[in-house]
Amino acid sequence: MTERSGLVDRHVAFLRALREAGLAVSLAEGLDAVAALRALPWDDRVTLRDAYAATLVKRQAQRPTFDALFDVYFPRLVGEGAEAAAEPAGEPGGARDGADDLAAFRGELRATLTDGGQPALERLATQMVGRFGAMPGRGPGLSSWSAYQATRRVSPEELADQVVAALLAQGIAEEEAAGLAGRRLASYARMVEDDAQRRIAAEKGPDHVARVAVRPTIDRLDFLAARRTDLEAMRREIYPLARRLATRLTREQHARRRGPLDVRRTVRASVSTGGVPLVTHHRPRRPHRSELVVLCDVSGSVANFAQFTLLLVYALREQMQNLRAFTFVDDVHEVTDRLRPGADVADVMADLAASTAHASRFGRTSYGRAFTEFAQRFPDALGPKSSLLVLGDARSNYSDLAVPVLRELAGTARHAWWLNPEHPRHWGTGDSAARQYAEVVPMVECRNLAQLAEVVHDVL
Amino acid sequence: MPAPWFTSPADAAERLAAAGYLADGATATTSFLAGALGKPLLVEGPAGVGKTELAKAVARATGAGLVRLQCYEGLDEARALYEWNYKKQLLRIQATGEQSWADAHDDIFSEEFLLTRPLLTAIRREEPTVLLVDEVDKTDVEVEGLLLEVLADFQVTIPELGTVTAVRRPFVVLTSNATRELSEAVKRRCLYLHLGYPDGEREREIVTSQVPDLERRVAEQVVATVARLRELELKKAPSIAESVDWARTLVALEIRNLDEKAVADTLGVVLKHASDQDRAVRELRLR
Repeated sequence: MTERSGLVDRHVAFLRALREAGLAVSLAEGLDAVAALRALPWDDRVTLRDAYAATLVKRQAQRPTFDALFDVYFPRLVGEGAEAAAEPAGEPGGARDGADDLAAFRGELRATLTDGGQPALERLATQMVGRFGAMPGRGPGLSSWSAYQATRRVSPEELADQVVAALLAQGIAEEEAAGLAGRRLASYARMVEDDAQRRIAAEKGPDHVARVAVRPTIDRLDFLAARRTDLEAMRREIYPLARRLATRLTREQHARRRGPLDVRRTVRASVSTGGVPLVTHHRPRRPHRSELVVLCDVSGSVANFAQFTLLLVYALREQMQNLRAFTFVDDVHEVTDRLRPGADVADVMADLAASTAHASRFGRTSYGRAFTEFAQRFPDALGPKSSLLVLGDARSNYSDLAVPVLRELAGTARHAWWLNPEHPRHWGTGDSAARQYAEVVPMVECRNLAQLAEVVHDVL
Repeated sequence: MPAPWFTSPADAAERLAAAGYLADGATATTSFLAGALGKPLLVEGPAGVGKTELAKAVARATGAGLVRLQCYEGLDEARALYEWNYKKQLLRIQATGEQSWADAHDDIFSEEFLLTRPLLTAIRREEPTVLLVDEVDKTDVEVEGLLLEVLADFQVTIPELGTVTAVRRPFVVLTSNATRELSEAVKRRCLYLHLGYPDGEREREIVTSQVPDLERRVAEQVVATVARLRELELKKAPSIAESVDWARTLVALEIRNLDEKAVADTLGVVLKHASDQDRAVRELRLR
């Protein structure tokens, strides 16, 4: 074992990159992966990926991150690949990206998009980046590849209409053809991006790309920094999350539900064991009813965050009888009745979005005003049995904070918590009153789905 | 060395297919690995995508016996592992009357009075065995600890009898709907497979293999409609099981063309929430 094949190094580097991206890969799992690789034939990259995934990824939410890193460390092909050598080379170097070549390439791309052959599309994506996406550098090692530049030159979207027309000519229904063309173009765009990333990784080393280009898993993604597509993925994630929380809550309540001894049932059961009470039976404990009051900031700065927390509140509403929800910007508005259990989620969210318009009278966030309003208009909302949950970034536009009012509210409730979507290092900066409020109500950082899950579980 | 479960991923795919389970690449590879490495296989995914079916198919494909432990809230050691047959023990004591304590003690804690439950049964079996631990996420956390001990070493210690070690490692499949996050310890000891909704082509193959009477065109319509339903924001998206049910319903009702009226009439087979049905009717413009 004196010679190193390089595969071990690559394997170790891959594991390290996974760990840096937030996957908890243990030593034992790394060894499992090696054992799995030894048991498998290596000729197929997909098999290799499945083996790695089976041993290393134990949570589906982490799969996209894993796939991205796998592509970086175990690229689909090296350089132009084997096909490039087979095809007529034409003139060497950069002469293959002239106007004629571009027209010819677009023709081929259109035909392939119409047929929809996956391997052919991948080959074209590789070609496209190689021919139209090169960014020559001033010296060796400084050149790079750009999916953006390649896409701008070839502009595959402009082919969409022609592809749809060609599909229609094949006798595919109009609506379906448009959908098909859109999906194929989107997947093609992703292939082009992947290929550019692969080439950059080959030149600068995978570790560099892994650090720079791979996004965190969806449950670690910052609410306030999420992109639109991420938001949709996160929304899909939140309903199962709420269901998980709810089932866990009921289960834990069950576990604690061992009530006083039920003598009658215990004695009856002991008859079958000759009068020896082997199994004790207990009376069920009376269910504990907790009430939850949610105050949610819905101003622009926390719009994403508010969307998630409200969705979560709605999902919890289906499980909890006594839940009241209020939204505010500077004025408070009750939205409890909009969260109808059993209604359609998308409807409820649209309804909520429409009704939050009432929550703003002057259009500037004022926590102090909102708390004062809440205390005056809904004095009966909080009681000794209820928990208060405030959701917001505590950025109050330098207005009066009304800290005593909040202290009184928190004092009335059994428990009070504040979830803040900002990183603690930003608390107290600028117009953030997080520090002042945190002295009154325990404030928790809640920036992504993982933290949200944790917090809600601890709180309820 | 007992015969291997599968010789390669391709072999796994082929034999599972022969047993009536159409496995995709990842499923075949992972099943092969579970057998080859002797590690438990944790299968997660939404309800009705064929998690339990996979375990049954492995048993059919390899000619192994299937031992099933259905998990539920409140499942305990006595129901999962073994317990002593108290009634029989009591009878034994009463029947012999005057007997020294030492004799009686040796007598009543013997094989005869042991009730083996699924985990112990699977470990003691000498024939090839597939152990299915169904819906692990429904159990309490304590049971996970018990599973850990059994799955890591494939042995069980019974104080009165000693340690029972597996004669032959069972092929273990754990299934979970992910309603609860399983402990890291369990996950670390298992291979992981996420079964999601299949792509259109594979789903059509599954539906036609389960419902051979279905016409090809209707099968395509069913799969396409189900795919559209899954894109909606539903409480419970239809799974393969529902596609198959739907296909059976259409065959039973002799519906040859899945037009809008047919969809609207039979939607209850696929969607089980009133709000989901309303949403589907609206989004698919059925009425």
